[in-house]
Amino acid sequence: MDGVAQLQKQLVDYTASLFQEGFLDEQFNQLQQLQDESNPDFVVEVVSLFFEDSERLLNELAKALEQKTIDFRKVDAHVHQFKGSSSSIGAQRVQKVCIAFRNYCEEQNIEGCLKCLQQVKHEYSLVKSKLETLFKIEKQLIAAGGSIPT
Amino acid sequence: MTVENQRAGVVVEDMDQDRFPAGMRVLAVDDNPTCLKLLDTLLRKCQYQVTTTNQAVMALKMLRENRNKFDLVISDVNMPDMDGFKLLELLGLEMDLPVIMLSGHSDTELVMKGVTHGACDYLLKPVRIEELKNIWQHVIRRKKFDSKVQNNSLNEDKACHGAGDSRLGVISTLSADQDGKLCRKRKEQNEDEEEDDEENEHENEDASNQKKPRVVWSVELHRKFVAAVNQLGFEKAVPKKILDLMNVEGLTRENVASHLQKYRLYLKRINSVAAQQASMVAALGGADSSYMRMGSLDGFGEFHSLAGSGRLSSSALSSYTPGEMLGRLNSHASLVLRGITSSGLVQASGQNLSSSINTLGQIQPTPLPSNQSASLFQGVLTSLELTQLQQSKCTSSTGDFNPIKDSRGFTAVSNGFSDTRVTVGSSTSLLPGASSHPLVLQGNPQLPDDRGAFVNQYSLGVASLTPDTFDIGGGGCSNFLDHSNNESWQSAIQLSRFSSNAVPLRHELHIKAKMGRTQTGLQSKLEPHCQYQKFCGFCQWYNKSLGPQFGPK
Repeated sequence: MDGVAQLQKQLVDYTASLFQEGFLDEQFNQLQQLQDESNPDFVVEVVSLFFEDSERLLNELAKALEQKTIDFRKVDAHVHQFKGSSSSIGAQRVQKVCIAFRNYCEEQNIEGCLKCLQQVKHEYSLVKSKLETLFKIEKQLIAAGGSIPT
Repeated sequence: MTVENQRAGVVVEDMDQDRFPAGMRVLAVDDNPTCLKLLDTLLRKCQYQVTTTNQAVMALKMLRENRNKFDLVISDVNMPDMDGFKLLELLGLEMDLPVIMLSGHSDTELVMKGVTHGACDYLLKPVRIEELKNIWQHVIRRKKFDSKVQNNSLNEDKACHGAGDSRLGVISTLSADQDGKLCRKRKEQNEDEEEDDEENEHENEDASNQKKPRVVWSVELHRKFVAAVNQLGFEKAVPKKILDLMNVEGLTRENVASHLQKYRLYLKRINSVAAQQASMVAALGGADSSYMRMGSLDGFGEFHSLAGSGRLSSSALSSYTPGEMLGRLNSHASLVLRGITSSGLVQASGQNLSSSINTLGQIQPTPLPSNQSASLFQGVLTSLELTQLQQSKCTSSTGDFNPIKDSRGFTAVSNGFSDTRVTVGSSTSLLPGASSHPLVLQGNPQLPDDRGAFVNQYSLGVASLTPDTFDIGGGGCSNFLDHSNNESWQSAIQLSRFSSNAVPLRHELHIKAKMGRTQTGLQSKLEPHCQYQKFCGFCQWYNKSLGPQFGPK
């Protein structure tokens, strides 16, 4: 059916673009490969967990950086977590910002940290919307009777 | 205590031999939910049986309930409720389960830490399935070599004990005793399963023919073990004697030997951490004493027996490398203070006991703040220490610490103390209801040289003491220890003149503690800035060198 084929193409192209633009990396492929009949919604589940966790971490980060005396260790711990989870799902750009963020934490560079916080927020919201779009297309595809190409 | 017979072959307990490695039971611990979910799925993909938890404390509980439920543990390094390395040690000591560390960091230091704490492997996040497919090898390897390691540790004990005198060389790196170092090295080598040939010859025929029952080191059993070790004195604690003292049916010398080996390593870890913490905490002498008044510290019921007496055997001390010594002392000090919840009480008991202490050695009652600082140690210790390190003995120390003019080997003693941040933070958080003291949370990585120096010194002083132990009530021991701490600081500070540190950190810390702000130049603040002034060697030196106007009060 045209609809399905079209959706499939759309999905493939969109995913490819995300990889190309560096939003996602190889790790995301691994996630997709882990999805199977016994675990049909794995990717969505993991990514949803990631979203939840990230919101929390971003809030914590904002709070920690608003303090009069910043506890860099705490900030570093949060960023480390964020780095871990973003790398686990393959959110490459977010991960990269986290790395820079941690360097600033080590240097105890407040300005650098604040800058990174903004950056990481930005990257996160970008990758979030991209992934949400991706899932939407997938849903449409499945609804149209197609299957996600592996 | 349960002793399970190991069938001939590799697999024991409830492992599914036929399908192995499929069905291998893994416990995964990670506080990051995304990573945990991923790990869970990956492991299931490898056909393992997976249990997950995001709390290290929970993991520990599960494992303690039934150690046989799991074949392998994978744990994250950075966890809020407990440091991954701490968990690793606990598991190694209590359960002898293979543990794989998982982290987003690939710092050499961290990996090294994992190795030294006994991890089988160290994986980087994000974990790949290929790596997980092979983790079963660690289970096999451990079971296969378990008996072999027991033999080795037995050999090592014998060999080391034979070279017992050379052990004393371990006391002080100053003398740079080759044998001592070699002995220590042997221990490490054995741990890595590279045997010294001559050691092997001793016990090989003996051990290989013996049956090797599988022993589960329950908390109770370990307690007996520790009691026996302390009773014997660390240096004299050979497996045979420990075994006799423990008087546990079915326990063999090999079991004790391998456990002893692990215990030693564990203590080494603890002490380097505690020592650092101690020095740092001591500096916060004037800090909030209410921190120490953690009435909520009743999670440590097992600990009350320790509060009753504090004893450290000098022989025990002498067997530690210098860097560990003070840490050990400090940890005991704090252990002793465990049952005490008010600084007033500490002082009172200190006063009462001082007379008895004085008969043994000329120790002056230390001022309250020192007690406070000692009690701060309390907060810094982990519950593991409390359960494991009971019945520590204190020996009296006479006041004559001879400052060592020889500066050899000081700078050498610092390697272990690099980073305890994570540990410190986590260990504090272990205490139920304890609010983490912000200062305590900040490890002081600058202490190494200083501390190494003075611990060195201290250990020398101690080694010369008789191993007589005496019972001091909690306050008394802390009393004593604080005093000796001060004394050793004194020597240490003098020693630090030789070290590379321009400004001895001890003094800076004193100033910080009292004044509550950072002090870089010594010239500025000079009023009674140091509550330890009476005892503080640095202040004495400093005052001497700067003139009488800033003399001791």
